[in-house]
Amino acid sequence: MDLFLNAIVSGLLLGGFYAAVSLGLSISFGQLDIVNIAHPAFVITGSYVTYMVNRALGLDPVLIGLVFSPLFFVVGAAVYYVYYVSFEKTGQEALSGLVFFFGLMFIIEISLIMVYGVDYRLVAAPYIGVTWRLGAVDLPLRMFVPFVTALIMTLAIHLFLARTFAGRAVLAVAQDRLALRLMGADPVKVKQLAFGLSIATAAVAGSLLIIIGPVEPSVDRLYIGRVFAIVVLGGMGSIGGTLVAALILGVAETFVATFYGPSWAPAVSFGILLVTLAVRPQGIFGRY
Amino acid sequence: MTRTFQSKSLPATRRQVLRTAAAGGAMAATSPFWLNLARAADAPIKIGFSMALTGGLAGAGKPALIAMQIWRDDINAKGGLLGRQVELVHYDDQTQPANVPKIYTKLLNVDGVDLVVSGYGTNLIAPAMPIIMRKGMVFMSLFGLAANDEFKYDRYFQIMPAGPEPKIDWSRGFIELAKGKELETIALVGADAEFAKNAVAGARTNAQNAGFKIVYDESYPPSTTDYSPIVRAIQATNPDIVYVGSYPPDSAGMVRAANELDLQTKMFGGGMVGLQYASLMTSLGPMLNGIVNYDFWVPEPTLNFPGIQEFLAKYQARAKGQGVDPLGYYLPPFAYAYVQVLGDAITAVGSLDQQALGDYIHKTTFNTVIGPVQFGANGEWAKSRTLMVQYQNITSNDLEQFKHAGKRIVLYPKEWVSGKFKFPYTEAKKA
Repeated sequence: MDLFLNAIVSGLLLGGFYAAVSLGLSISFGQLDIVNIAHPAFVITGSYVTYMVNRALGLDPVLIGLVFSPLFFVVGAAVYYVYYVSFEKTGQEALSGLVFFFGLMFIIEISLIMVYGVDYRLVAAPYIGVTWRLGAVDLPLRMFVPFVTALIMTLAIHLFLARTFAGRAVLAVAQDRLALRLMGADPVKVKQLAFGLSIATAAVAGSLLIIIGPVEPSVDRLYIGRVFAIVVLGGMGSIGGTLVAALILGVAETFVATFYGPSWAPAVSFGILLVTLAVRPQGIFGRY
Repeated sequence: MTRTFQSKSLPATRRQVLRTAAAGGAMAATSPFWLNLARAADAPIKIGFSMALTGGLAGAGKPALIAMQIWRDDINAKGGLLGRQVELVHYDDQTQPANVPKIYTKLLNVDGVDLVVSGYGTNLIAPAMPIIMRKGMVFMSLFGLAANDEFKYDRYFQIMPAGPEPKIDWSRGFIELAKGKELETIALVGADAEFAKNAVAGARTNAQNAGFKIVYDESYPPSTTDYSPIVRAIQATNPDIVYVGSYPPDSAGMVRAANELDLQTKMFGGGMVGLQYASLMTSLGPMLNGIVNYDFWVPEPTLNFPGIQEFLAKYQARAKGQGVDPLGYYLPPFAYAYVQVLGDAITAVGSLDQQALGDYIHKTTFNTVIGPVQFGANGEWAKSRTLMVQYQNITSNDLEQFKHAGKRIVLYPKEWVSGKFKFPYTEAKKA
């Protein structure tokens, strides 16, 4: 029973972190239809920024992620503008856009190698290594802090999209770009805002990643498949769906790793994705 | 007149003869044969290799390259090999095995290298083997675990001191230490990747031979993020020994999870790559206490070989600001040594004849910065020097402490022992 409870709790904690990494992609890929394969590379960049500032000033990693998210927002908005002018405007985004983000991913990776080298990087925080014990349940703060941060970030993004004018404009551009234009709004600026927001989440997700474990410039490749799977499973563009899908994958992976052997974990996760898509092709919370 | 003419014609004839001789000499000197010969005598000796400078193994590949460059500079400062300077010709294999055959084909057929050595790691050594074997080249190899088991190539020489049976010898020391402690059960866990699989397979054989009951035997995907479920599953089987075969991110994850969940076992460690790196040692700090893990060189007095301190001083100076391991104890001395062996063999043989070099390396004991090196019939070390060290007395995350003796105590093999085994793990980790 203890093992069962711990598997559930560990799975939820892991799922929370997966949600943080996938959230930005849910906006860019799910809502804007931009196949930003470089999203995990932006997350790793967030990890390196966190590492640099944590080492220099000793600030809390999550705080660093939050402080740098506006800068990431600006970078994201700039990247979208280049993407728009080069590909989307001319209707070449399908294949050329994908190549653009592939290229961007490699440029980010090589730039990180040139600046930081190839050694593994970690951060220091007083809660890393500390475990709360609630009865039979272990709560390692190294996983719990990213989980709580991810929940808050998901809620904030959800509220922004649901309650603010700009957020509703983002949802509108995802549904009908032409209708938005007829309402007098500029879809390009709205998409620029949304893409900037998606990259801003990468700053925070990166800070969470380096709390959990060591990073090196090519770690992003490990997350590409998983984050796309979560976005599709949750239902393209659904923020709540992304969180639920991430939690499902986290619990499934942990459950399988605990009771049936960790080597089966990815197979079960992607099995869940396949079964869900067979039964509900639009994903768990997908609308169409 | 005649005399005058004759006297005038004579110098003309002499000039003509001289001109002809000069022209003939120039033609002879500039003919392709002589040019090539002259060039070959002066041209540097080119040593070609692939190296992981980006991708997952770049953390090891870049320090290895620095070590090889130090050797090149050392040897060139002494006049080179056979009177020729040494040049390293290398390409980044990006930690992609598929790139390796292309690189070695180019090195041998386009760049015209005189010698080849391997890149870092089993996965990037094995793909080069068919090409090297076809050319009959001597192949010095850097940290390949049992990479020659299938090829059985007689000019393959591997510098990692894993011993004649690499899979088995890798964990032999760990199991030997456990044998004397009246333990019964063992859990085996490793990454689902080439090296870790081999390491765990060897540990499985050793454990079975020693009569331990295997209560957990699982692998995990390299993309695993959280290791807590694995540690919990292991703990549920209540093993006396936990043997882990892992890569750096997994090693950090396993150590952290073991500490966070207070893993109760009597021996923990084994084949965890990365715990030797300064970045992980300083990050994990006291969490490392009590772990018994493989290593190849540590700054203990029993391993203070001639030349090692000078090499490390050069390495540490060059490593600054390059984003590589600042201490360089794990791989760089061996990366220096594998080209050092090749250089010593060339000097002794007096040529680049691959057959003669291979024969010489087989029959010779080399004195290197990592101590005496002798290769067996299969190209692995004739006798294993895979150390088992225990992390002890680590009280902080400071880098400086790891530069001195007393933090990684050698427990095995007995000729290199430098301190006492603290047992069991649950007590030793409190130190």
